[in-house]
Amino acid sequence: MSKTVALTGNLACAHAMRQINPDVVAAYPITPQTTIVEEFSTFVANGQVDTEYVTVESEHSAMSACVGASAAGSRVITATSSQGLALMWEILYIASALRLPIVMHNVNRTLAGPINIHCDHQDSMGARDSGWIQIHCENAQEAYDTTIQAIRIAEDSRVSLPVLVCLDGFIISHAIDRLDMLDDPEVKKFVGEFEPRVTMLDPEEPITVGPFDGLHGQFFEFRRAQELATLGSLPVIEEVGKEYGAVSGRPYGLIEEYKLDDAEIAILVLGSTAGTTRVVVDDLRADGVKAGLLKIRSFRPFPIKQITDALSGVKAVAVLDRSLSPGAIGAPVFQEVRSALYDSESRVPIINFIYGLGGRDVSMAHLKEAFDVLSDIVKTGQVKQTINYLGLRE
Amino acid sequence: MASLRELSKKKDYLTGGHRLCAGCGHSIAVRQVLLASEDPVVVGCATGCLEVSTTIYPYTAWKCSYIHNAFENVAATISGVESAYQALKRRGKVDKELKFVAFGGDGGTYDIGLQSLSGALERGHNMLYVCLDNGAYMNTGIQRSSATPKGAWTTTTPVGSVRPGKPRKRKDLTAICADHNIPYVAQASISHWKDLHAKAAKALQADGPAFLNILSPCPRGWRHPSDQTVKMAKLGVQTGFWPLYEVENGVWKVTVKVREPKPVAEWFKLQGRFKHLFAPGNEALLADLQGDVDSQLERILARCESTQE
Repeated sequence: MSKTVALTGNLACAHAMRQINPDVVAAYPITPQTTIVEEFSTFVANGQVDTEYVTVESEHSAMSACVGASAAGSRVITATSSQGLALMWEILYIASALRLPIVMHNVNRTLAGPINIHCDHQDSMGARDSGWIQIHCENAQEAYDTTIQAIRIAEDSRVSLPVLVCLDGFIISHAIDRLDMLDDPEVKKFVGEFEPRVTMLDPEEPITVGPFDGLHGQFFEFRRAQELATLGSLPVIEEVGKEYGAVSGRPYGLIEEYKLDDAEIAILVLGSTAGTTRVVVDDLRADGVKAGLLKIRSFRPFPIKQITDALSGVKAVAVLDRSLSPGAIGAPVFQEVRSALYDSESRVPIINFIYGLGGRDVSMAHLKEAFDVLSDIVKTGQVKQTINYLGLRE
Repeated sequence: MASLRELSKKKDYLTGGHRLCAGCGHSIAVRQVLLASEDPVVVGCATGCLEVSTTIYPYTAWKCSYIHNAFENVAATISGVESAYQALKRRGKVDKELKFVAFGGDGGTYDIGLQSLSGALERGHNMLYVCLDNGAYMNTGIQRSSATPKGAWTTTTPVGSVRPGKPRKRKDLTAICADHNIPYVAQASISHWKDLHAKAAKALQADGPAFLNILSPCPRGWRHPSDQTVKMAKLGVQTGFWPLYEVENGVWKVTVKVREPKPVAEWFKLQGRFKHLFAPGNEALLADLQGDVDSQLERILARCESTQE
């Protein structure tokens, strides 16, 4: 049985953590993640969880303690944002290389400077190559549901990798949203008991974790094995999403299509902007414009086949990026989607809209503007400008 | 207190065949500390000489569980291991008594790992942090750290025509740790095994975090013959450069009294890193360094006096 509640995205995540009742949480507060750790602290203080809650002195130590706790054989969750994720950067790579199934919320916030506490995806894009699975959520419901699924994905023996659950700062984290929660026993049953592959706490079977790879070691092979595990998580994310659907009535996949079947023009986007785009698609459809939406849920691994299949029928695509890579050919999501489409038969025209940096609001009018550019491309057969900006004061 | 004969029969967690240099103080320190544990241990290691020399994949010199994470975070890492232990014990998944010990060099402890250490000490984990102080970044080739003695040559404080080695005094890390008001802090030396063993035993039995700072000579960095390691550590104590003391629940106590400390120059002159101090024109600097050693001892004695029960 589920119940319908009104919670902010952060509190939804905190409640998912309460229901999971992990062995260890090591976390450091940072805006806009703060209310996750505050709420979880009250669960600890009131005995609603019996988690060992480690109130570290920095995000670097948060991730370091998570690595120690996970390697010891416990189930571990943490949460961060922005500068905090950046401070963890060094240890993110070690956590994934040690194949530790840590689950972490990243409440997306830009990276300074200038210092700015609002949403964009610059922080999690910096974790792109760290070997973490990276899943983006559209709203509080997805943040809640994905937290629970992330445990199963991370701990699956075919995967054994850390998972970053991304939710847009303030837009999702602080806005009160309606969502359905599973009952506590349902969550407990869904995540199950953690069965670690190894433990450091059995003196009869000591293990060495994190050995030195020497001068002519196996580094290349380790990194390749990690890549294979990441790619191998694609069907696992789908399986877990499907199984979760059977329990909750809300199935999840790697991507989500909206009115894409007969669409001529489409926007591809991650996170909360997908919600706004959905409304714009409906408006355009009412006017007879064949618009559609492709939301990417799993950014790492990048579901190449699912994306190229989904876009095979459209005549023009716009990728919306909430980050900027100075000096590159467009922003990160655009680069990957365009690269994926290069090998597709249709080789559909594709443009990039960079938007919403530092929390700049993205309105329905902005998205309409992007769709208009796509309509023009379909009409004229010409791409006037590949890299574009929405809402930039120029 | 166990006799040497008894200790020789105990399980060694660090096996021979590791690749530390001949004459390295670290393996002596590690074995002496771990021999003091009555329970099985779990070890964490910061990046450094000890780490690279004991776990060259696919080999390991550790007979206990061991984790290396990165350079600056062994305190946070072992605190995570210990937290997992507390959680799993509470949930009935682990029942054995275990001890948690972190090892870091002076670079990984005084410098880059200080924040991680301070945080872990304040949080009150049941863990022992051991700093193996050889006074420089030896693993990367003898660069200065904040534990390097004033006046010492290192590759980043070279002796030049206008600068005679390291210009600044050492950081007093033992006192900094003591001022975290944790149950047990001590300074020890590999040359005084009974003192070190007793301190390690107390540190491991403490209810909460403990810190040991151990003088661990490095023949490569100090520029002394590799068969003189223990002697170098001993002279460090006998000259008053490295006083042996402990701070137990806030009470400071000198554990090995040096009645008539030898001039610090007697220790310096046996080490190549201080060779330049004996060149003509550096007499004032040498006198200044003796003054620093004297005032350090005075500070410790003053705290012993003010905290005596």
